[in-house]
Amino acid sequence: MAARRSRSPQLIVGAALVALLVLAGLLSLVWTPYDPAALDVTNKMAPPWTDGHLLGTDQLGRDVVAQLMAGALNSLLVAVLSTAGAVVLGVALGLTAAGGGRFWSDTLTRATDVAIALPGILVALVLATFFGPSNTTAIVAIVVWFVPGAARIVIGPARQVLAREFVEAAMAYGRSRSFVLFRHVLPNLGPLIIVMASMMFAGAILTEAALSYLGLGAQRPTPSWGRLLFESQSVIGQAPSLVVFPGVCIMLAVLGFNLLGDGLRSRLDPRHAREVVV
Amino acid sequence: MALVEINALSFSYGRAPVLKDLSFSIEQDSTLGIVGESGSGKSTLIRVLCGLMPVQSGIARYDGRDISEWLDREPRGFRRRNQIVFQSPASSLDPRMRVGQSLAEPTKSLERRTPSDEELGQWLTVVGLGPEALQRYPHQLSGGQLQRVAIARALTVNPTMLYADEPTSALDVSIQAQVLNLLIEIRRRLGLTMVIVSHDLAVVGRVCEQVIVMRNGEIVESGPTASVLRYPEHEYTKSLVNAARAVSLGASHDAADAII
Ligand SMILES: Nc1ncnc2c1ncn2[C@@H]1O[C@H](COP(=O)(O)OP(=O)(O)OP(=O)(O)O)[C@@H](O)[C@H]1O
Ligand SMILES: [Mg+2]
Repeated sequence: MAARRSRSPQLIVGAALVALLVLAGLLSLVWTPYDPAALDVTNKMAPPWTDGHLLGTDQLGRDVVAQLMAGALNSLLVAVLSTAGAVVLGVALGLTAAGGGRFWSDTLTRATDVAIALPGILVALVLATFFGPSNTTAIVAIVVWFVPGAARIVIGPARQVLAREFVEAAMAYGRSRSFVLFRHVLPNLGPLIIVMASMMFAGAILTEAALSYLGLGAQRPTPSWGRLLFESQSVIGQAPSLVVFPGVCIMLAVLGFNLLGDGLRSRLDPRHAREVVV
Repeated sequence: MALVEINALSFSYGRAPVLKDLSFSIEQDSTLGIVGESGSGKSTLIRVLCGLMPVQSGIARYDGRDISEWLDREPRGFRRRNQIVFQSPASSLDPRMRVGQSLAEPTKSLERRTPSDEELGQWLTVVGLGPEALQRYPHQLSGGQLQRVAIARALTVNPTMLYADEPTSALDVSIQAQVLNLLIEIRRRLGLTMVIVSHDLAVVGRVCEQVIVMRNGEIVESGPTASVLRYPEHEYTKSLVNAARAVSLGASHDAADAII
């Protein structure tokens, strides 16, 4: 136990990758090697290490490092907002389902089952048709897609907490159902929600990349990794690195949040650490 | 007038009847034991009596007034007077709250004020713990200590009725006697009326003046504990008493005598 607590390689590698992503994204706010939107017409599709372009330039001569950094910020922005939205709504829904009467509880459980079966990309396509492609569309699509899953994850454990005797004791001293849900059940689900949020974050980054690849997410001049991937696939023969770099970024970011989630899980999961939860 | 009066009380979860046409009363300052096999409806009965489950049919009065009316008109007054202690010490306190926070909850909820640490420390002293336990988390306490905290929490609002659902059966045998002694002492000191659910006749024999024997949601026998346990009339009570004798005979003759 003590050994696992202090040194979990997953946790360390995951945290390092996440930190790198966050640093790169935040740094892009104040500094990038070149303006990500600036065209360098004499240096189109320059290979890495050309004229101070560390990873080269794209087909319009824009600096790749600068665009990847700005893309990291965009990924983080979309992932933070959509994960926060999905967690807040999903947890609220899950708690309500677990704590409501049997009819309400069954109805919500069924509804989440149906919603989980819907393909998320379809939801995003419909939304994009209505509202036009943008980061907001991507965020709304991800939230709508993730909420039922979040609710589903929370319902079971919430019911378990509700079955414990301190809940009945709280009723016996006059606490309301909603007080119990938010002041007793929610804190006891804290570790579970943290792990879930971390996993969802990975999913949100991947989904944002997929949506912007399909042209449903951020539009130029906002750089996004999925967009970079899409734009460079036509020149994959001349400049394969233009496809490889954004791909690697997406992969490392998703890997980082998944590892972080796994690491946190083994530290916080009730089955591993009984003293932390329930 | 009896403090609690029950007449033709019935209860069911969905279709299945769990309590069938029960009638009895509980005198002020008395201690009532409820015994019966698993599933006979003991827990359901005391949940109805302390307002955790609704009175579905029949009459249940507390202090001359219907319990449903209490819960409608004066829920906090009713809950302040009727407190309950549960079976499992491991789950009767929120693991995320310090003992002090858990102890403060009933007062915050029912009296709308935050009790001082001194006040809470005094309740801990009443149940034989030191005030330093206020800062502890539940996982830092033993089962017996947790059950003492749960009892203290019920006492903080000065109830007149204390219900206890199998208060000792999840504890080590050596600790059971201590917690039982604590309940006896509290009752004497604070003048509580107590209802103790137990499947252990020895517990009821030691603590309770009156006993109700339940089976399948019905009362099969009731009366003063001494006579019911010494001269059981109903076949079911006889078998319970014999079973208890057999168990303690296995241990020692003295123990068998001690029970009854
Ligand atoms: N929440 C519930 N929903 C449906 N049925 C229930 C519920 N709680 C209890 N029951 C059923 O009601 C009956 C009586 O249960 P109860 O818990 O009152 O018995 P008990 O005498 O306290 O038993 P034990 O000694 O095992 O605690 C049992 O058949 C049980 O299965
Ligand atoms: Mg019971």
